[in-house]
Amino acid sequence: MTFNIDDLSKRKNDIVKKSVKIDYNLFENEGIGFDYEKMMSSSGLSFDDVRQIQLDSGVGNTPLRELKNLTRYARKFSKKGYGARIFIKDEANNLSGSFKARRAAISVHVAKKLGYKGVIAATSGNYGAAIAALAARAGLKAIIVQECFDSRNIAQPEILEKARACESFGAEVVQLSVGPELFLEFLELLDKTGYFNASLYSPYGIMGIETLGYELAEETLILTGKYPEVVVCTNAGGGNLTGTARGLKKAGANKTKIVASSVNLEGLHMASDTDFNRKSFTTGHTGFGVPFAVNPDRSDVPRSAARPLRYMDEYYTINQGSVFFITEALAVLEGYERGPAGNTSLAVAFKLAQSMLEDEIIIVQETEYTGAGKHHQPQLSFAKSNNIELKFGDVSEEVPGKNIVFPYSAGDIKIKEISVDKLRKSYLKKYKDVDLALLDKKYLCEELNVPLEKLNKLLADLGGDYERKKR
Amino acid sequence: MLIEKGTFVRIRKNLLLPNERIKTIPSETAKVPFKMWIKGELLEEAELFEEAKIITATGRIVSGVVKEKTPRYKHSYGDFVEEIYQIRKIILNEMWGDFDDI
Repeated sequence: MTFNIDDLSKRKNDIVKKSVKIDYNLFENEGIGFDYEKMMSSSGLSFDDVRQIQLDSGVGNTPLRELKNLTRYARKFSKKGYGARIFIKDEANNLSGSFKARRAAISVHVAKKLGYKGVIAATSGNYGAAIAALAARAGLKAIIVQECFDSRNIAQPEILEKARACESFGAEVVQLSVGPELFLEFLELLDKTGYFNASLYSPYGIMGIETLGYELAEETLILTGKYPEVVVCTNAGGGNLTGTARGLKKAGANKTKIVASSVNLEGLHMASDTDFNRKSFTTGHTGFGVPFAVNPDRSDVPRSAARPLRYMDEYYTINQGSVFFITEALAVLEGYERGPAGNTSLAVAFKLAQSMLEDEIIIVQETEYTGAGKHHQPQLSFAKSNNIELKFGDVSEEVPGKNIVFPYSAGDIKIKEISVDKLRKSYLKKYKDVDLALLDKKYLCEELNVPLEKLNKLLADLGGDYERKKR
Repeated sequence: MLIEKGTFVRIRKNLLLPNERIKTIPSETAKVPFKMWIKGELLEEAELFEEAKIITATGRIVSGVVKEKTPRYKHSYGDFVEEIYQIRKIILNEMWGDFDDI
């Protein structure tokens, strides 16, 4: 054994506290809850400060573009008068090629200001390259910890590309085999190096995305004369949706519907060595999206700033084959070659647009860069080499880990709704036998974005001690 | 194969043996070791597949078994995928209508 599991677990809170310089105890309420807004404003950075930091970092102000051909394509499958205008926020234009640079810019700025010598982030995704790039600009060292290989020493091509990107910015990349023990190595590294924990779930990680929501509200207003009816966010850890929704509200777009979208990977276990390379999406999928929505505090900080159920109006899943189909459509109809994971929300928007009116606006709030490994061509080639069957057919019959099903027509793309109430109930499960005070209930209403009556109904549906006591 | 001091290499290290892994993981994960790969410069000359120490990009010293000398990036755009070609034809045909003539 190279590290002491018991010792690290015991010191976990101290290590994390030292590595983000946030005393999470300050935000705790009596009872189950905490003061979310107090935590979000504790950094002392205003929204304008965040914008300025990003401007100075070469991040943000990405273009919002109308996808006229994709809109026209969607209308071929819509009733007359239907088919909303689809716009895309081309976040691939950020430094390091994704919206994650917005989050990294703030984390790195804070790390530098507080005098840390380096930053560490646990991520197999675009956030690694974002941290590496921003750290390089700030003259800080960076360590990126990735879950990368299975026990056969075979890596996801998408993750190898992200490792290469991190290394190109001078970062050290620590690659691990499959397993939740990644968190222990992450703690060990924080402890040994004394570097800053550039957590995706700290207030900084979320404040950085508020500018995305704010910009797209302003841009939509300039381009179309109104705020968008719908914004679709690819949902994994929940930060993208949370930050975007907060930014929209800051801009005044209070009526915009916030839709979450994830690739359906039901049935694949995220900690399984054998399932690891049987998936064709390493992020933006239900394996992260659902558990992080119903239990946001499972992250690497005591209280996550990513709390998607506070803002989510609807949640849809889509199959892998449909996302690859739309990724190809974006290239051959619009001339955008972009990474598939970021196109999850585009595929869902393409379908949703068909049931919206022609003069309504639906926004896809991100794209990501693409390259060797991280592109539908190598990802499907890799799937084949892992004996995943590729076929055309009914997309609802795709079985993650077994096959990838492409539609015969864009008109056959389907989405599946996850009931947000079901997620809320899932969130509430751990409280079903808890005696909840009024303050607790107030907190839960905020967490789940429901009025008190509705909360009581959800709790009643769960049964348990709560219900028995009431009777 | 003896590799010179200062050469850029990739090492591998077992962080946890199967019996040391946390208990809540799926059985297929629990029966294999938890491994780590890191790149850096060899601090002393070393044999391939033997234990050695490296210094990483952030200046950390880490030991492990040397797996690869001057590691190359192996990911690529992969093999031709017939299905993508078919998807492209579907899209262009549905959109512009005349792809079948090509």
